[in-house]
Amino acid sequence: MEVKGKVWRYGDNIDTDVIIPARYLNSFDPAELASHCMVDIDETFAQKVQPGDLMVGGKNFGCGSSREHAPIAIKASGVPVVIAASFARIFYRNGINIGLPLLEIGDAVEKINAGDVLQVDTTAGIIKNLTTGDTFKAHPLPGFVQDIARAGGLIHYIKEKGSL
Amino acid sequence: MGMNMTEKILARHAGIPSVEPGQLITCKLDMVLANDITAPPAIKEFEKVGRPVFDRTKIALVPDHFTPNKDMKTAALTKSVRDFAKQQRIVNYFEVGHDAGIEHVILPEKGLVGPGMLTIGADSHTCTYGAVNGFATGVGTTDLAVGMATGEAWFKVPAAIKVELTGRKPKNINGKDVILTLIGMIGVDGALYQSLEFAGDGVAELSMADRFTIANMAIEAGGKNGIFPFDAQTKAYVEGRVQAPYEPVAPDADAQYARTVTIDLAALTPVVAFPHLPGNTKRVADIGRIDIQQVVIGSCTNGRLEDLAIAAAILKGHKVHPDVRCIVIPGSQQVYLEALAAGYLKTFVEAGAAVSTPTCGPCMGGHMGILTAGERCVSTTNRNFRGRMGHVDSEVYLAGPHVAAASAILGRIAVPEEVE
Ligand code: SF4
Repeated sequence: MEVKGKVWRYGDNIDTDVIIPARYLNSFDPAELASHCMVDIDETFAQKVQPGDLMVGGKNFGCGSSREHAPIAIKASGVPVVIAASFARIFYRNGINIGLPLLEIGDAVEKINAGDVLQVDTTAGIIKNLTTGDTFKAHPLPGFVQDIARAGGLIHYIKEKGSL
Repeated sequence: MGMNMTEKILARHAGIPSVEPGQLITCKLDMVLANDITAPPAIKEFEKVGRPVFDRTKIALVPDHFTPNKDMKTAALTKSVRDFAKQQRIVNYFEVGHDAGIEHVILPEKGLVGPGMLTIGADSHTCTYGAVNGFATGVGTTDLAVGMATGEAWFKVPAAIKVELTGRKPKNINGKDVILTLIGMIGVDGALYQSLEFAGDGVAELSMADRFTIANMAIEAGGKNGIFPFDAQTKAYVEGRVQAPYEPVAPDADAQYARTVTIDLAALTPVVAFPHLPGNTKRVADIGRIDIQQVVIGSCTNGRLEDLAIAAAILKGHKVHPDVRCIVIPGSQQVYLEALAAGYLKTFVEAGAAVSTPTCGPCMGGHMGILTAGERCVSTTNRNFRGRMGHVDSEVYLAGPHVAAASAILGRIAVPEEVE
């Protein structure tokens, strides 16, 4: 999948309580979750995010709780891919399982700033920063995890294949 | 090549002789857990798969986060879990009151998780069950849905960090000091994609309650799981409790570890993790005066009988500071009853603490003690992220029950020795 969008830039250790605070977990409606996404550190995000915008974070993005509400809130905000230096483990697998591509690029993430426009090939993991001219390559997804991503998430994969 | 404890459990459940770090495998599950927040969306995904649960005895559903339900929306969520449990005839559904409690307190307590077993839970602190020599890890709702339908999950075999515990544990130190010290050393992403394997002579110094507290917070270092070896204490804990057949694991002599971290228990002092990360660990002796308005003693980290015993011993004959609200939450009905019989609850109420029915309560900002702007809380819970217990401008300081109780009396962060 090829996407192009403007960057919302966040720092290290963005935790799932920040992505979607627990007080909003009395619903799992994606649109409702999206309307509160990131509020505790960035009140403008939920109001101003445009479909196709990209989210970029630092180290250990998505740390904390296992709530799948977090990647769902981001995906339902219209963000097609999240790029970070590294992802917390449960968030990473949740992203794959719900069909939200997550690209890990290590310290290279420092070269992406808020408002930059990126062109991203989510399958090949190629990120072009159209604002600065830099190009980055993300670590590829391992083995059959690629098949899960290609199927559009784990549920689709299980329905297609019948088992893991 | 030898295997460590995590690798042995994963290999056994994948039905293959050996595994190595980085390998992708599919494993059979012994227990699949969800709560009132994560079960409802998982049930919706489960229904898309379109088949019955793989084994109605191997699923645990625990409404504990927003219960007793705090509002109509959460009541509806819990009802959907209750209805699903009835419809699928789930054996291990734990209704509020009855014999319920916080998921990670009751699953080990009721013997639903044991040595060598593999558990996934749609809750990040599922890693708690490493204390009884099991492999247990948190997953999201989609993994949970597929786990309930197929009895399987995919894993990437993690590399392991060996945490070598040495020395004798001083009397005023408990599991919380150990794990907060470790996270302070390696950082909140120090064990990212890795397992924490505890080893060394120091393990025998730790009670089962200490081990639950430590394994519980493996995730706070980014770990996939944390696991303790099986010893005489584990045996005494699980015997007669775990009904399913179980087979403990021990690391091979030539097991592989990515690195080793050593902690000398004898050198530990009481610590506290400053806002807003569990790795902001400082010695209480070094922090100066920090006034507080609330203390929370409870949660899946420190809501066990031993934790309440530590707090009660300090609070006995004292009063909670007039400027502090002290909230005590037993982790399960059984803990509640035992604390009642031991007189701890009386001690708490006489000291001026509020004693709650078992629930997650304020731990993740649900209810029962939410903070407003500018307030500070010393809490025996496991996370102090921004806004975790309420307002984004409130602060949570993580500590063990000893520091929490002493702080409640003095109205500032303190160690028990400071209480007259
Ligand atoms: S007590 Fe806190 S950390 Fe434990 S399960 Fe409940 S909300 Fe999660």
